[in-house]
Amino acid sequence: MSTQSTLDDTSTAAGDGDAPGRPRRRLRSPGVPHASGTTGGLVAKLVLMAVVNAFGVFAILAAWNEGSYGILAAMVALLVAADWVYFSRRTLPLKYVLPGLAFLLVFQVYVVAYTGWVAFTNYGDGHNSTKEHAIEALLVQNERRVEGSATYPITVLERDGELGFAVVDEDGDVRVGTAEEPLAPVDGATLDGDAVTAVPGAELLDRRQVLERQDEVTTLRVPFSDDPEDGSIRTQDARTGYVSTSTLEYDAEADTMTDVTTGTVYSPSDDGWFVSPGGERLNVGWRVAVGFDNFSTAFGDSRYAGPFLKVLAWTFAFAILSVVTTFLLGLFLAITFNDTRLGGRRIYRTLLIFPYAIPGFLAALLWSGMLNRSFGFVNQVLLGGADVPWLTDPWLAKLSVLLVNLWLGFPYMFLICTGALQSLPGDVMEAAKVDGAGRWRTWRSVTLPLLLVATTPLLISSFAFNFNNFTLIYMLTNGGPRFADASVPLGHTDILISMVYSVSGLDGTAAKNYGLASALSIVIFAIVATISAITFKRTKQFEEIS
Amino acid sequence: MATTSAAPRVRPSAARTGQPRMSPRRWFSELGWRHLVGVVAVVFAMFPIVYVVSAALSEGGTLTGSNRLFGEVSGSNFSALGDSLFWTWLGNTLQIAIATGVGTVLMGAAAAYAFSRFRFRGRRAGLTALLVIQMFPQMLAFVAIFLLLIGLGNVMPVLGLNSKLALIAVYLGGALGVNTFLMYGFFNTVPRELDEAAKLDGATHAQIYWTIILRLVTPILAVVALLSFISTFGEFIIARLVLQSERNWTVAVGLYGWVSSLLEANWGLFAAGAVISALPVLLLFLFLQKYIVGGLTAGSVKG
Repeated sequence: MSTQSTLDDTSTAAGDGDAPGRPRRRLRSPGVPHASGTTGGLVAKLVLMAVVNAFGVFAILAAWNEGSYGILAAMVALLVAADWVYFSRRTLPLKYVLPGLAFLLVFQVYVVAYTGWVAFTNYGDGHNSTKEHAIEALLVQNERRVEGSATYPITVLERDGELGFAVVDEDGDVRVGTAEEPLAPVDGATLDGDAVTAVPGAELLDRRQVLERQDEVTTLRVPFSDDPEDGSIRTQDARTGYVSTSTLEYDAEADTMTDVTTGTVYSPSDDGWFVSPGGERLNVGWRVAVGFDNFSTAFGDSRYAGPFLKVLAWTFAFAILSVVTTFLLGLFLAITFNDTRLGGRRIYRTLLIFPYAIPGFLAALLWSGMLNRSFGFVNQVLLGGADVPWLTDPWLAKLSVLLVNLWLGFPYMFLICTGALQSLPGDVMEAAKVDGAGRWRTWRSVTLPLLLVATTPLLISSFAFNFNNFTLIYMLTNGGPRFADASVPLGHTDILISMVYSVSGLDGTAAKNYGLASALSIVIFAIVATISAITFKRTKQFEEIS
Repeated sequence: MATTSAAPRVRPSAARTGQPRMSPRRWFSELGWRHLVGVVAVVFAMFPIVYVVSAALSEGGTLTGSNRLFGEVSGSNFSALGDSLFWTWLGNTLQIAIATGVGTVLMGAAAAYAFSRFRFRGRRAGLTALLVIQMFPQMLAFVAIFLLLIGLGNVMPVLGLNSKLALIAVYLGGALGVNTFLMYGFFNTVPRELDEAAKLDGATHAQIYWTIILRLVTPILAVVALLSFISTFGEFIIARLVLQSERNWTVAVGLYGWVSSLLEANWGLFAAGAVISALPVLLLFLFLQKYIVGGLTAGSVKG
């Protein structure tokens, strides 16, 4: 095909390394204007760059406000790169690559690297943030009403969409605060006895409004001052507030937490908890690097290792069998319809493409209904009221998954095999015939090898696709039926990617464990990349790309 | 070119009239069995589709009630869709899929042009890097994507969780990896002499790109746009994580919600929704199947 010859032309012209750049650039005569050759183009470019710069500066300022210095640095880098690339004359190729590259770097390269980092931490429920945040959360969570502490008359109010309290303090001054802002004196508030009647810039809630938002009011805590040790104001009846302070005390010098009621001292452990000498730990931890712990959990911890190996085996079986079954059926049909004398080929072909054109999630959901044990079309109509547990028996569920994937996938293989068959060189077949090869021999020794050369890259990508065919599994069986030992929410048809989804806890069925989920992602990546690399190398794909 | 050579050509009349009449037995061994296989395959391929159309048109909305094919035909399921958020979801999905499709084509084509036409330092390494990166599907990094969007959302809510724009941006992150090669191969088939001639006439690289190259590679642009549209249309895992409020859901997330918990009750509604959301993709597909077949095979078939 012409693709091939042009590819070869360029690679010979290119030679090796970076040499080819120069001669080619010299081809352009020095007088030819550069990118700004047309005024229309120049205006468009300037407008676009103005928009990009405006957005960039806005994002940088917002990141500065939030104190997100990682995002700030990335935005500055991207903005500088964009301006340099589009206003310099020496960055021609980058002008075309940069937009895609920026998205690629942020949303693919970065997230992959981030996945790699999270895989080595204990990020997840209980370890959601930094140590600083964990200390803050612990102090807040362990607040108790101090015995005999002062009570204050309070009024519930709403300021800037947030609930807050107006408190009359010992001196009779009105102080106002919200969950975010500690109590601070306000000017211009009016009092009627002990009751606050008006606060500038805020709306007081009347009795009915307080009742409507009772839950919000009783859980609201307004810090007494900037110092968390001072505790906060809470209320039960929306009339009087009392001070509660934390039963924990953080000693920054010694880096320990002390429970003031019991006197127990908790010190930080290596795995991100405050632990007492007796082995008790406080319930909020922080993120720490845990090395290869997540990987050894996956392979060694009995709760995960058993299911993990089963899932791994099924993932391979599923991906390989999916490719093999769809390819064989597709190839068989392609051969069947590859006879030019056959009438109605076009109709057959169009009808056979239908499953491929149905979005995969719809097909999986549709089949999950049709295979329903009690009411499904397959049992009720096709099998005349049989009671086959298609999706609830471990082996039948696996078979169902493969059958549904066969239905979804064979048209694709049919299409590529048809294409490949038609582009096979006729002269080679002729030669085989002349040499006395029979139909079968020609097929086995000439057609099939050529066909495989043509389709192998697609078979590999099909393998990689099915290896991570989350939608099908999740929609059809949701991984079920569950393994009998229900220590982890996994089942017989779970593949690695759906296991990652369950383990991550993002679907809300289990505790979040981003660290372990990311470690499993890395394992999947390693497997798929290794297989692809080996096979691509074998098919010499690497040599042909440049 | 790749597209035309791979597209099926039917030459019925010449082939058929040239043949002498066959005996029934020979007819069956050479052609008849092919029809038999064809009919069986078509039944296998089509019966779920016939079933879902029938279920969508059935009066009741339950799974059992849908088992009598075309027992009664009514539009009640379709009109019931109006009371749900289905049309909002479909609108969201179309917005997201079209924006992603267009963005993917623009970015992918520009990158493919650079790799195909310019010789620069790091070109070879760049191509190899793309090949390696595309082996790591974005879907695998969904945890990191989720965490990244939480961070971005604190700075710019429009790029945070529950934003359609953020979801589009995430999808565009995969624009280069998957498609550059497909396009790169196709761009290489456009003769370089055209550029050279235009250059001699004083055209800038931008003019060459927009007015010459892009017009000549339209088929591959259509294929990439369509493939991107279709895969975005059916993407579930990232959409589910990013789009949190029901109004922002895509069809994939919404329809899943209907049948995952209450399979019985919402079946008719699901079937109607499925038929409607499958239609645009199906029509596009049938309309452009010639190009798709070409596009699928262009990257792989060596002549």
